[in-house]
Amino acid sequence: MTEHFDPGTQQDETASTSRRHFLKTVGASGVAAASVPLWGPAAQARAADDPPPRSDAPRQGLSRIRLNINGHLHTVDIAPQMVLLDVLRNESGLTGTKKGCDHGQCGACTVLVNGQAINSCLSLAISHQTDEITTIEGLEHNGELHPVQAAFWEHDAFQCGYCTSGQIMSAVALLNDKQMGESDAAVREAMSGNICRCGAYRNILAAVQDARQVMKGGA
Amino acid sequence: MRTFELTRPTAIGDALEHHGARDAFIGGGTNLIDLVKLGVMRPEQVVDINGLGLDDIETLDDGRVSIGARVSNADLARDDRIMRDYPVLSQALLSGASTSLRNMATTAGNVMQRTRCPYFRDTAMPCNKRSPGSGCSALTGINRNHAVLGGSEACIAVHPSDMCVAMAAIGGTVVLEGRKGQREVPFADFHLLPERHPEKEHDLHDDEMITHVILDAPQAGAASNYLKLRDRASYEFALASCAAILTLDGDTVSSVRLALGGVATKPWRALDAEAALVGMEATTDSFEHAAVLAFQGAVPQSGNAFKVTLGQQAIVRSLRDAARALKAQGDRS
Repeated sequence: MTEHFDPGTQQDETASTSRRHFLKTVGASGVAAASVPLWGPAAQARAADDPPPRSDAPRQGLSRIRLNINGHLHTVDIAPQMVLLDVLRNESGLTGTKKGCDHGQCGACTVLVNGQAINSCLSLAISHQTDEITTIEGLEHNGELHPVQAAFWEHDAFQCGYCTSGQIMSAVALLNDKQMGESDAAVREAMSGNICRCGAYRNILAAVQDARQVMKGGA
Repeated sequence: MRTFELTRPTAIGDALEHHGARDAFIGGGTNLIDLVKLGVMRPEQVVDINGLGLDDIETLDDGRVSIGARVSNADLARDDRIMRDYPVLSQALLSGASTSLRNMATTAGNVMQRTRCPYFRDTAMPCNKRSPGSGCSALTGINRNHAVLGGSEACIAVHPSDMCVAMAAIGGTVVLEGRKGQREVPFADFHLLPERHPEKEHDLHDDEMITHVILDAPQAGAASNYLKLRDRASYEFALASCAAILTLDGDTVSSVRLALGGVATKPWRALDAEAALVGMEATTDSFEHAAVLAFQGAVPQSGNAFKVTLGQQAIVRSLRDAARALKAQGDRS
């Protein structure tokens, strides 16, 4: 099955039934996620408010928790063994974080917890109730790409794109960390946990170093 | 993924009360959750230690340094005292895993880290460590990454930690809290040889948990080095690694600590090599002689004989770099 891609109709996902919108709608139905739509700028603004407490009880064996993701509170009903990655993708509708190996070997699931990069595939969601979680969806500011996102675009720092959100989250953590070295070798070492099977490392490195200058206000 | 019950105690006593033989403690989760997903570890209940504090690094009155069970590998590697007084530990930590895994992984979790033996991780294969009495697939299988030191007819799985190799060289104790009270086990004795019971990996009872690791006081005037040799430059387990801590009196070795990783079934202290070096001139010849002694009891398998040579060279290079650092310091002062 092929799909016709028309950029003209893909600009505003709230106004068109995009493939991503369709999949998320289907994916979110029937799960116990908070009934706050999470796509589109208008929905994001609504989600910023604390959602009203839910009257129904969580299903047996599930706990109702609230997670602060990208500055919004998400109420989710989860089992104790659920990892943050699965809650982000399946319960909160935030599919920008990718499931790669699911065993902490590839870095595709990297998100920030209180500013630090972690592998969300190995971290129990229930242990993050007092944390600030940032995913790739939380990097843009007022519709502007984060400098690292812009640099990845500018430097063509991906091919298939599957590892990209994890690469970008690791890069953001590294560039915000004053103890990390700034050399190319230091960046390679700090990001060695993010595997790119397309081999876009050269362009990823260029993007990270370029973003460093932008974030310093240099370029 | 298998389900489990989760308890989140806020006091050590409650944590011990909740924890039984078929349960597991969770700190960062980087090893446990991986192995639960694989079906290798099957805890009925997981006790989360993240509400227990245990996240301080403290210098004790006697000069030793106490590290809380929950101190992350990243925080430990970057602690000012550790970088100044135990640089070999900082180096070892930073050579392990990736930035994001080090942010999650804890000190106690790293001490308790399970082997990366692919047969242990594959529930379809016999493995005496995972399923006692089922046999060792590595002895007759692909054993390039396996141990040449400390193995038995039941198991040749390598202990995967870098941190523990540095701790073995530094020396110290593992502090355990149990329902019957507290005890301290020398770090060198905490990890057990596989012998006939590779499933029993630690001197740790079912009702005990690690609360701290205490490092021996730093050695004055020592230089140290952690050298890790592996298949790729980063984010890979060691084929052979060496932690060396050296002091010299002029050109003569006055004390030395050597520990090896990647080649043995537990963090491996090379005591014979250390004893042979003390009083010798710090030359490449002496280091090579010690390196041969370190592997005197080695039992290579079909695919890993190269580890004897690689491990010996790791020792020589690590000692040479430490000796050079000391001589450079001497020349400057």
